[in-house]
Amino acid sequence: MTMWLIRRFLQAGFVILAMTVIVFIGVSVIGDPMEMLVAPDATQKERLEVAAALGLDRPLWQQYFTFLSGLAQGDFGRSFIYGEPALQVILTRLPATLELAFTAIGMSVLVGVPLGLYAGLYPDAKTSKAIMAGSIIGFSLPTFWVGLMLIVIFAVELGWLPASGRGDTVSVLGLQWSFLTLDGWSHLLLPALNLALFKVSLILRLVRAGVREVMPEDYVKFARAKGLTEGRVIFVHVLKNLMIPVVTIIGLEFGSVIAFSVVTETIFSWPGMGKLIIESINLLDRPVIVAYLMIIVLLFVVINLIVDLLYTVLDPRVRIRTGA
Amino acid sequence: MTDLSQSPTLAPQRSEIEPPIRRVIREFALSKIAVGALALLVLLVLAAVFAPLIAPQNPYDLAQLDIMDGRLPPGSQAMDGSVYLLGTDTQGRDMLSAILYGLRISLGVGVVSALVASMLGATLGLTAAYAGGRVETVIMRLVDLQLSFPVILVAMMILAVLGKGIGNVILALVIVEWATYARAARGAALVESEKEYIEAARCVNIPRHRILFGHLLPNCTAPLIVIATVQIARAISLEATLSFLGLGVPVTEPSLGMLIANGYQFILSGEHWISVFPGLALLITIVAINLVGDQLRDALNPRKGA
Repeated sequence: MTMWLIRRFLQAGFVILAMTVIVFIGVSVIGDPMEMLVAPDATQKERLEVAAALGLDRPLWQQYFTFLSGLAQGDFGRSFIYGEPALQVILTRLPATLELAFTAIGMSVLVGVPLGLYAGLYPDAKTSKAIMAGSIIGFSLPTFWVGLMLIVIFAVELGWLPASGRGDTVSVLGLQWSFLTLDGWSHLLLPALNLALFKVSLILRLVRAGVREVMPEDYVKFARAKGLTEGRVIFVHVLKNLMIPVVTIIGLEFGSVIAFSVVTETIFSWPGMGKLIIESINLLDRPVIVAYLMIIVLLFVVINLIVDLLYTVLDPRVRIRTGA
Repeated sequence: MTDLSQSPTLAPQRSEIEPPIRRVIREFALSKIAVGALALLVLLVLAAVFAPLIAPQNPYDLAQLDIMDGRLPPGSQAMDGSVYLLGTDTQGRDMLSAILYGLRISLGVGVVSALVASMLGATLGLTAAYAGGRVETVIMRLVDLQLSFPVILVAMMILAVLGKGIGNVILALVIVEWATYARAARGAALVESEKEYIEAARCVNIPRHRILFGHLLPNCTAPLIVIATVQIARAISLEATLSFLGLGVPVTEPSLGMLIANGYQFILSGEHWISVFPGLALLITIVAINLVGDQLRDALNPRKGA
């Protein structure tokens, strides 16, 4: 187990290192930083001065190590637009994105698991067929289009919910949160629903497939034969065994929720990291782009690690295999 | 996973001598929804290909636009007496024409990227399966790494570095898609390379590239075709998303996503047709492709439960 942990950590470190190389090549070699920083009519002398000031005249591997040591200290440079350290610019917007992501995941579990359970237990019912057809639509629709439709329907036509912003926030631990006020919730609802829709389809299909697979198993028959109530069989014996894939998917999809929040935040003007990165890309704010990339990479590696660890906790078979 | 096949019990028994193509067509035709979707898809492709011939105006020939006709609701009459079936945008552009031209770009980007990605992915996947050893490890690690990051993020970053443009969008889509094909191709090829005909080919010393592309590839095409269908839909959707975010195609070559983005600012003022109709076109295209892909998967899989 310890060996496995160490190997797993080394692997994660290697992935992060590989990504720093890719990001470095991407922003420093393919995208010429000089082009972004120097006015097009600058003289050769001015160009050389800027290059020297930024260390761009040194060999690439030296530049890379400067870049790497900066990363290690959390120094991504100052944002060209905001004049603050890039990391700080991003971190101030992190709570808004996390709030949105967690609400969306909560929604998709609360909706997806019951629907999937129903569709799995009664596969031939009309309702189940409707649920499955609906899930195909949930898969097919592009996120941004669903967001637009939500705005057209609920904000423009019906006027029930606001279309943009975060609404009233409450400060807790120095951070602003929307989910503690009613107005905040009304702002949170549409974007979270938008973000959750795809995941609902995913989770409900997963749960349905799991139910169909588990129901004919011997231990379910045995539980029934013992005279357990149907409710207990389903909610304890069946559901418990479904949790492994569901937890894995929720974990793995957390990163993708953060990624797709780029789209949702842009549509709903939700002031999170996703909206920031799109603005930064359009304004060529390189330090923020790099910082965002590295944070996302770190996030993904950590998520994968946690999911792997949870796996061993939830599924004893994995533990035995790796222990042997 | 899927459940669109109407009822598997209806599937008649396969006779052993029936040609595979006919069997696939017959099984595909079992679902009326899928046949309808296929017909719709053919119609859409034809409309996109012949857009210059059937569109009421060339939406990018400024001489044909009349700014006085700007933002007219669907069904409005133009200054010259013709009717704008789906309304106009700010510049007085007929939305129906804009959608037909947009569909051309969206479908083109989707199909080209899927073709390139499938060729690249299939080659790498087959090589991995056949070569084994270190080559396989390196390729499959790359696949894992690629698949562990969400496509939208990777595509976004590639475009952030390379800048807008149809070529760059296609490149970004190929980079995010090849891994899916590689994994599928390797999976199929692993099963195939166990079989006797491959062993026989190896024994008679047929060159490796001919075993790969002449013997393995034809027998791995079924899963690749299914994946390609679904991936085209995903590519179109992704391209639309990227263009909507302002990272995809340039303003001069607007795809459906770009059209939707252009109309986005007018949604709140109630002029929603500028966004809604291109959106519907996008939606119909994606759903039709997915329905066809779904049924194709059932039809192409001979191991499907009888």
